[in-house]
Amino acid sequence: MMKGIKKWRLFSLLTALTVFLSGCGAEHLSTLNPAGQVGRDQYNLLLISGAIVTLVIIVVTIVYILTIVKFRRSKVGEDLIPVQVEGSHKLELLWTIIPIVLLLILAVPTVIYTYNLADVSGMEKVDEDGDKKAVTVNVEANLYWWEFEYPDLGIITAQELVVPTQEKVYFNLKAADVKHSFWIPAAGGKLDTNVENINQFYLTFDNSSEGLKDGVFYGKCAELCGPSHALMDFKVKSLDREDFDAWVVNMQASAEEQTLEGEVAQQGEEIFNTSCIQCHAVSGAGSAGGVGPNLATFGDRNRVAGFMDHTEDNIKNWINNPEEYKPGNLMPQPEELNKGNKFSDQELTALAEYLMGLTVED
Amino acid sequence: MSSVAQKKGIGSVIWDYLTTVDHKKIAILYLIAGGIFFVIGGIEAMLIRIQLAKPDNDFLSAGLYNEIITMHGTTMIFLASMPLLFAFMNAVVPLQIGARDVAFPFLNSLGFWMFFFGGIFLNLSWFMGGAPDAGWTSYASLSIASPGHGIDFYALGLQISGGGTLIAGINFLVTIINMRAPGMTYMRMPLFTWTTFVASALILFAFPPLTVGLFFMIFDRMFGGNFFDHTMGGNTVIWEHLFWIFGHPEVYILALPAFGIFSEIIPTFSRKRLFGYSAMVFATVLIGFLGFMVWAHHMFTTGMGPTANAIFSVATMAIAVPTGVKIFNWLLTMWGGSIKFTTPMLYALAFIPSFTAGGITGIMQASAPLDYQLHDSYFIVAHFHYVIIGGVVLGLLAGLHFYWPLMFNTMLDETLGKVTFWLFLIGFHLTFFIQHFLGLLGMPRRVFTYGADQGWDLFNLISSIGAIFMAVAVIVLVVNIIMTISRNKLVGRDPWGDGRTLEWAIPQPVPFYNFKQTPLVRGLDTYWIEKQEGNKEGMIYAEPIGDIHMPNNSIIPFIMSFGLFVGAFGALYNGEQAWAVPVLILGLIITFSAMATRSLKDDLGYHVHKEDLMKDKGGKH
Repeated sequence: MMKGIKKWRLFSLLTALTVFLSGCGAEHLSTLNPAGQVGRDQYNLLLISGAIVTLVIIVVTIVYILTIVKFRRSKVGEDLIPVQVEGSHKLELLWTIIPIVLLLILAVPTVIYTYNLADVSGMEKVDEDGDKKAVTVNVEANLYWWEFEYPDLGIITAQELVVPTQEKVYFNLKAADVKHSFWIPAAGGKLDTNVENINQFYLTFDNSSEGLKDGVFYGKCAELCGPSHALMDFKVKSLDREDFDAWVVNMQASAEEQTLEGEVAQQGEEIFNTSCIQCHAVSGAGSAGGVGPNLATFGDRNRVAGFMDHTEDNIKNWINNPEEYKPGNLMPQPEELNKGNKFSDQELTALAEYLMGLTVED
Repeated sequence: MSSVAQKKGIGSVIWDYLTTVDHKKIAILYLIAGGIFFVIGGIEAMLIRIQLAKPDNDFLSAGLYNEIITMHGTTMIFLASMPLLFAFMNAVVPLQIGARDVAFPFLNSLGFWMFFFGGIFLNLSWFMGGAPDAGWTSYASLSIASPGHGIDFYALGLQISGGGTLIAGINFLVTIINMRAPGMTYMRMPLFTWTTFVASALILFAFPPLTVGLFFMIFDRMFGGNFFDHTMGGNTVIWEHLFWIFGHPEVYILALPAFGIFSEIIPTFSRKRLFGYSAMVFATVLIGFLGFMVWAHHMFTTGMGPTANAIFSVATMAIAVPTGVKIFNWLLTMWGGSIKFTTPMLYALAFIPSFTAGGITGIMQASAPLDYQLHDSYFIVAHFHYVIIGGVVLGLLAGLHFYWPLMFNTMLDETLGKVTFWLFLIGFHLTFFIQHFLGLLGMPRRVFTYGADQGWDLFNLISSIGAIFMAVAVIVLVVNIIMTISRNKLVGRDPWGDGRTLEWAIPQPVPFYNFKQTPLVRGLDTYWIEKQEGNKEGMIYAEPIGDIHMPNNSIIPFIMSFGLFVGAFGALYNGEQAWAVPVLILGLIITFSAMATRSLKDDLGYHVHKEDLMKDKGGKH
């Protein structure tokens, strides 16, 4: 009977905790709303450890409150000399063994999950035609922007990662300049991008991100990497497999698909081709290693420079003074590109028009 | 503070402190310097919280913000917490074990001045072209890439300061091993001495890796070495290992002495001996040992692979066991006792749940896969502030009130003390509790700003409001200190009335030779035993009155440290300024000449003669 009550207590505690934790947080950002298996495993560990933690706190609090209520000097008398108790081997043994048991409860799933989450053997599996079964993304972290290359699909993008749902997506992570850390809180834990080696892990996404607030998950840089560390955001779009395949086809053909409409946009393209093309590619077909972010399908993106609202004004502001918006970033000020002058407002409008026109979605 | 000091001119007082080798005065130097750096670090903290009070704030620029967080962390760890702990160690440990001074009084002074000049050097970066900006951990790829001289100030300043710490650690080790009074066996040593002992051992083993790492960084940045440049075959992860092999034990170097302070306060104000003394000693040693085994839990996301992560996960969890033993032993010390709610006791009481919270969130992070989510998020910020404020700073504030009468023979005001306590405690929990949730909601740490509408606005505002409470608390504390000093109401021996250990048995003010005769220790809680047996003197003695040998004061430690300070500027500007190398050499000449003077000149100290001791009543109260 006692046992039953204890179990029931723990269970209700867990439930209360679950309700409390999942109650808060944005779906596209919070680790408390896991969007895939990896995040869910980690969330489960959070619940297990949270339950243990709560249990410990409750026990300590009960002893603590009883002690300071029962044994205040004002209550026991000013002149009382308490018995000078040496200790108690039984008690001390008790509070050595119980924590060990509690820790074992946490340690076992910890070790299992540690190995599970590090298993990237699926990355190399191929089907009958010799094609890779899983999507692999090479992530390169640069000073305040992210490059995503899909080596098996021959496409490349920046700042906005696109992944299929319901399957493991594998990542090869490295940094181009200084150490960063790749983190999509809702999807699962982070892994550092080092300068000297490639780190590998995988994430999964249950559902298409379409229904989320901005239609995307938020990704963050978690390792201090310089002044604009806080602004080194990226966005993640998860698509059902069919949509993903369609996106891949579009990206492969993006050089042709991104049609220009209007004279202003064409003027923008001219400026782009004289000033920007050295660093920024506009074709999604290609390989990694760009100096600046690949701008293919820029018009379909969610943010300017990873964190500003995707408006024409922000594009103009950004081109006109990148240093003001992301201090320490490596994009040249417009004077360096345009023979010592700022771009005129008309030129900026043309550039913005051109960039907004780089789209393959309807 | 003492009547002797008041008779002197201000100049001679300053000279006295510049040359002193007396552990009690060095304690006061550590207290003042550490206190000033604590306030500087606190101001930096306030700037951080102002900046983060609302989204998209532009109170601080991005670059300046990174400098401030770096200096806040570095200052609080190296220049505030450790020196303040050294202040109490210096003030208390020799008295607690019945010694006349530390084993190497000259080195004690050298340790302080190296810390002081290192700290000054580090903070001069603010005025000389930019402070370090790569975080207090100064991870290699970023710190190597960082422009300007900020990181150079960091590496050189900490190198000098760290040398001082290492000296202090070795000094305490030798003191505690060699200079205990007759009868003061290891298993009769008060817990504060024990924790000082273990923390000193940790310093001995943990600081050399930091020294090595900092030298690598100095060579990389100033002399064209390539230890961390991966394009030249270097490896940045080496820095992470070296840093955390130092950095994790560092947590215990700070926490253990704080545990020690609480282990003195709780029995004192419960009028009960420490519950499970031998288990507490064993737990202390075990925590110190395990502290070295777990550094890589700071690096779960570095990509060490599942085997390393699993091993370090489980090893880290193991630390919870001895820590838990300590928590319950403290609770059981109070159980059945007679608890008096003095200011130090309030801090001790607040410490127990606060530190428990910090400790158990540590267990959550010990679970590697969960840490993938928590690492470098605000959850971590919350966790280590719970450990360091909830453990160390509460310990320092408790110690400050508790040992103030021992150091100055006056008593801090209890009412103001309690006001400080409540403001600080409320502010602390308000600031940091909510940050756990910020981390779980996806907020990375070390961000200078954050976009609105990510669900972080309100929590950050609450956190900043909490910080204001803490700042007000510190202001009240400063007022309290100034009032106490100006009032100068002497309190005499055993002012708390319930002192248990040897230091409370000494007449106040403590004479410069501490003990006229070496005491005889008859058990744990010596003074308590004597009081219970009705010994008015508080001590019995192990020897007849005889001549006491004392060391001479010396300015040489000051000059030696100053030489390193000068030389550091030479290293800093190497390759940039023509005067750099000459200045580097000049600095080293100053230091080495001072060392040579020390070595070549016989300084045998002097004796306080028996006849003078008979006349001198020592402490008057």
